[in-house]
Amino acid sequence: MLKILRKTLQTGRVTIPYPSKPDEPPDGFLGKPVIDFAKADLEKLRVAESVCPTRAISIETDGAKSTVRLSYASCIFCGRCAEAYPEAIAMTTEFELATTRKERLLVSADYVDGKPAQVIALPSQPSLEQLGEQTKREIFRIFRRSLHIREVDAGSCNGCELEIAALNNPIYDLERFGLHFVASPRHADMLLVTGPVTRNMEIALKKTYEATPDPKLVVAVGACACSGGIFGESYASKGGVDKVIPVDVYIPGCPPRPQAILHGILLAIGRVK
Amino acid sequence: MSSQVETVISELRREFGEHLDETRVTHKNEIYYDVASLDWLPNVCSFVHHQWQASFVCAWASDERSRDGAFHLHYVFSLDQFGLFVIVCSPVSVEDSEFPSVAAHMIAANWAEREIRDTFGLTPVGHPHLKRLWAHPDWPSDNYTMRKDFPLNSQPPRVEGDFEFHRVEGEGVFEIPVGPVHAGIIEPGHFRFSVAGEPIISLQVQLGYTHKGTEKLCEGLSVEHALHVSERISGDSSFAHSMAFCHGAERLAHVEVPERAQYLRMLCLELERIYNHLSDIGMIANDIAFLVGYSHAMRVREQVMTLNEKLMGSRLLRAMNSLGGVRRDIPDAAFSSILSTLATVRRELRDLAELLFTSASVLDRLETTGVLAQKIARDVGIVGLAARASGIDRDFRRDHPHLQYHRVSFKVPLYKSGDVNARTRVRVDEVFESIQIIEQVLSQIRPGPIRVPLEKIPTYAQALGYAEGWRGPIVHAIQTDAAGKISRYKIDDPSFHNWPALIFAVQGNIVPDFPLINKSFNLSYSGNDR
Repeated sequence: MLKILRKTLQTGRVTIPYPSKPDEPPDGFLGKPVIDFAKADLEKLRVAESVCPTRAISIETDGAKSTVRLSYASCIFCGRCAEAYPEAIAMTTEFELATTRKERLLVSADYVDGKPAQVIALPSQPSLEQLGEQTKREIFRIFRRSLHIREVDAGSCNGCELEIAALNNPIYDLERFGLHFVASPRHADMLLVTGPVTRNMEIALKKTYEATPDPKLVVAVGACACSGGIFGESYASKGGVDKVIPVDVYIPGCPPRPQAILHGILLAIGRVK
Repeated sequence: MSSQVETVISELRREFGEHLDETRVTHKNEIYYDVASLDWLPNVCSFVHHQWQASFVCAWASDERSRDGAFHLHYVFSLDQFGLFVIVCSPVSVEDSEFPSVAAHMIAANWAEREIRDTFGLTPVGHPHLKRLWAHPDWPSDNYTMRKDFPLNSQPPRVEGDFEFHRVEGEGVFEIPVGPVHAGIIEPGHFRFSVAGEPIISLQVQLGYTHKGTEKLCEGLSVEHALHVSERISGDSSFAHSMAFCHGAERLAHVEVPERAQYLRMLCLELERIYNHLSDIGMIANDIAFLVGYSHAMRVREQVMTLNEKLMGSRLLRAMNSLGGVRRDIPDAAFSSILSTLATVRRELRDLAELLFTSASVLDRLETTGVLAQKIARDVGIVGLAARASGIDRDFRRDHPHLQYHRVSFKVPLYKSGDVNARTRVRVDEVFESIQIIEQVLSQIRPGPIRVPLEKIPTYAQALGYAEGWRGPIVHAIQTDAAGKISRYKIDDPSFHNWPALIFAVQGNIVPDFPLINKSFNLSYSGNDR
């Protein structure tokens, strides 16, 4: 017992201050890829399209006009596109990509005769500080002192589970926000769903959703949950959570780092009206 | 041809003579035997397994009807003492669609043959328990996904049907169904316990919930593309799986990976082992309500994850492996931060091990809980750390030297008791060994290229790729088609072999110890179901 106490005192507090202070991922972290459409050459973008393992980059050509799309819902953050065309595509360290609206996960640009014509930018999101404040208020208003989360693996590779489970550890300490993982959907206010929804998990996911009392939130975690990811749609995979149940927030990443998941959960609560 | 290869070939020729058709040796350590008559398949496999003590690695079928009008079976064995793989092959004609079961003589092939039945519609005649494996009861019976004429995107309707579970009956016997959605933050699967009071009489495991058609998905893809899929077979083994895949593709292309890249791959494999073992030690502490142990283990694990993110850009070591090497170099200037993190891990783990293993309440829960006897472990074909905790001395890093493992010295921890305690201690010991391996890697590594291109993938070729992941050996088999694209990709995760171990290990234990026993194996659902 004394040994335990001594070790605890020696260790001190280890929890990171995120999100009250921003978290800077290290240089070289594989975050959000950005295409400089104004600079990019259409033909070279086609090379990036061909190496993209999930077709997150896609180009549709109709006569002289081509539309280049980059979907953060499908992106697995492998960096192959930036490797193929480093002059116009860069992997940034940005990781707070969660959104309540899926269309925000798509950027596109039109090219006419191979020249950039129009870029559709992403709308900006509320800052985290505002979010944190808003979160506290909303949790209190709707769910009183706490929000209970049920995690559902709908066929993920277990990568997202590792990062979600990490939120429980003393570094991220999810419970300091009044957020709490529970063992049953009956006790839950929020479902945190991962995986592309396999055929063999589809019915279980629907039943879990129905078993969760209203009001409830659904958060799709990771590329598979957001879009089917690398597994796409097949006899075994439904191609994303929103093909099966309604989704309130999408958290891109493969897997998203724990801070990104935390960001998405906070965003989800801010949305409850 | 090495003398060992010659010995193996001549021994088998002497034993089976006219019943063997052809022998081929590829990639120096893969010995293929074609069995002349399908009837002799079980005999040859049984001989290799029982007489030579070769461990069963995996079995798979391939649909080669378009080439020679038949399906082909492959049973892979590992001759650890020689560092060789023996692959016993036989075609199965379309008309027969059945073959004599090898599992009838060698229970280790039980699940593998059930998978072949599910996905190819080839029936192993005489199989002891031909229950469906990943195909759930609502899957229509005549849809065999791995046949070439089954399109990846087809959507067979759901049919009526219930899971088959055997029933234990008697006074006071109850069934407890658990899952597929579990209470913890873990993967989905269904467990069916039969209990009388607290002790478990029997456990049945129904998996397949995370089946994503991964092997089928890769057919027709280039190896460059499939590499990214291989990183997502089992999230906690992202590096080991992609390593096995790259290894297979590189062997196909006859490419030698630069030495520096081999050392960097060793660094990643060992970092993956360390973070998973730390996590499991923490979760085992958590499952016995020793939360202090959990907190310390997870705190230390996070330091490794942060190191991964800093060095490789990904906490799970994704996007690091590349065909022909690795994608990122680690500058020598970063070595000091690796060494200092590992020094912290070593110090902290010593403290943690002392906290754990000197606490009577911890030992009370770990010792004699979930015993997997060595005899059962051998018969069932248990692999990896679970096997080493039951006294089976196998480790691909030593037995099938790959990368530069032959140039570093390390011990393979071995325990005999086969209980949760042994599986925990194997992990603790292995973390210390991994730290030593990394220290040797960083002192031996020299400047040089980190990647060579794979010029051309040969057509109609086949190769095995392998790595010792933290859970156990990971073996991938890759076959190519006329265009050098993947025609068959067999993924073998250690979990596929070890799930049956759980069934034996829980017998006679009380239900509240099940989560602990389960965690002590920590098997992958996704790696199993694919």
